[in-house]
Amino acid sequence: MSDLPSDLKYTAEHEWVRAGEPVTVGITAHAAEALGELVYLELPAVGDAVTAGQVCGEIESTKSVSEVFSPVTGTVVEVNDAAVDDPSLVNSDPYGAGWLLRVDVEGDAALLSPEEYAALVD
Amino acid sequence: MSDDDRTEPTPAAYDPQGRPFLGYHPDDGVAVYGPRPTPLHDEHVALGATVTGFAGWAMPLRYGSDVAEHRAVRTAAGLFDLSHMGEIRVRGAGAGRALDRALVGSLSTLAVGRARYTMACWPDGGVADDLIVYRTGDEDFLVVANSANAEVMLGQLHERCAASDVEVLDETTTTALVAVQGPAAAGILAGLVGDDAERDAVVGLRNYASATATLTTEAGPVPALVARTGYTGEDGFELFVAVEHAVALWRGLLAAGEPAGLVPAGLAARDTLRLEAGMPLYGHELTRFVTPYDAGLGRVVRLDKTDDDGAPLDFVGREALAQRAEREPERVLVGLEVQGRRAARQGYAVTTPDGVPVGEVTSGAPSPTLGRPVAMAYVTPGASAEGTELAVDVRGRAEPVRVVPLPFYRRS
Repeated sequence: MSDLPSDLKYTAEHEWVRAGEPVTVGITAHAAEALGELVYLELPAVGDAVTAGQVCGEIESTKSVSEVFSPVTGTVVEVNDAAVDDPSLVNSDPYGAGWLLRVDVEGDAALLSPEEYAALVD
Repeated sequence: MSDDDRTEPTPAAYDPQGRPFLGYHPDDGVAVYGPRPTPLHDEHVALGATVTGFAGWAMPLRYGSDVAEHRAVRTAAGLFDLSHMGEIRVRGAGAGRALDRALVGSLSTLAVGRARYTMACWPDGGVADDLIVYRTGDEDFLVVANSANAEVMLGQLHERCAASDVEVLDETTTTALVAVQGPAAAGILAGLVGDDAERDAVVGLRNYASATATLTTEAGPVPALVARTGYTGEDGFELFVAVEHAVALWRGLLAAGEPAGLVPAGLAARDTLRLEAGMPLYGHELTRFVTPYDAGLGRVVRLDKTDDDGAPLDFVGREALAQRAEREPERVLVGLEVQGRRAARQGYAVTTPDGVPVGEVTSGAPSPTLGRPVAMAYVTPGASAEGTELAVDVRGRAEPVRVVPLPFYRRS
């Protein structure tokens, strides 16, 4: 996984987190490629509480469906409506325009470094 | 004795199913084999395909976007490697009659150069496989079986034809099968057939008809059996060639088709294309636990087959299927249009809107053409009428669905 952005943190369930206030959450290129072209995203609404390690949504391709696990605990403050309208953004730009959620985080979450995540998916 | 004197048994390069030796399992040292590559494996890898194991074969799942591949087939053309399909040759005096006894359809009445969709059933009427049988000569038939069933069908055809004087030959490993599907398919193929008469014959093929033709490719001439068959709901062709010509044919079709918008397409697109076209897939709509009647395909069962003396001809499954033909069905295969966005997928329970179970989904996916999920399902007859409002349990949440006629998509 040579193309893993080094400024992000990751989870074993293939989500990424970009630090900030709020943090930005998405799924990795590895996950997007494994699913195929995404055609439907079901994401929590603004104001919903999410819990690290708990299911917070679903992403669906023609071939399969996968749950999205929240990498952090907090409150959803923004949902990427552009990606909901055109889920293929997640395939074409998973770390950029294909982000999923922005979350006001409470406390710390146990996340993986790029190296640790790369070791899982290689 | 030192370790150096120890002799390991040399593993076979291929196991009995033709799968390549991959290495030894790190835990128990057992030789690990498989999935077997098709003759076009290196082409798929070079094209960047995501390769997946399917019925013991390493197959391209998609090359890029499966949705884009699906749309290319609907609007231009797609190129499929189907070399995993089983090809079984049945030939010799009385081959047609032998197949009449082995399969549920009437093959002895098939004209040379024509093909027929048919099935093999078990004695209890359950489906063993759905097949396309090509009559390539008076006493020469090519039976194309699903890859997952190819070995079973080979064994069954041997057994079921044993009383006849016919040969049953497995040609799977010596045959490559490539499909060109889509509205541009005929034009693309025509451009590769150099001989005028052969070109006219290929372009003029009716559905379920076949002809031999020589295709001109950069790597040389490729003799092929060209059939106007497919599994996508579009016009298209399937080409059977010797494995040594597979790469030349594949590259020739890709190059010739590119200006018309042809793209290589994988199994993911093939599955959504056939689902939209309402075509059954073995392991989903067809299993050994359903009869052709359950699947709405009772027409393939020819209970009226007769022998040369005009007496009813016995075939494997006849008695059970004759009884089944007289009974009201216990379940009916229907199309379901999902009202929401979450797809109903294989194995999900179908219920009434009040949650009373009435059946199970056999295949389902978001339809790229319709823009909403569609599914096929077996439901009780009382729940099968067009327009019936039902629900599917999609991972714990009931999603409203409506019974709609099949197919979901029909080409204009």
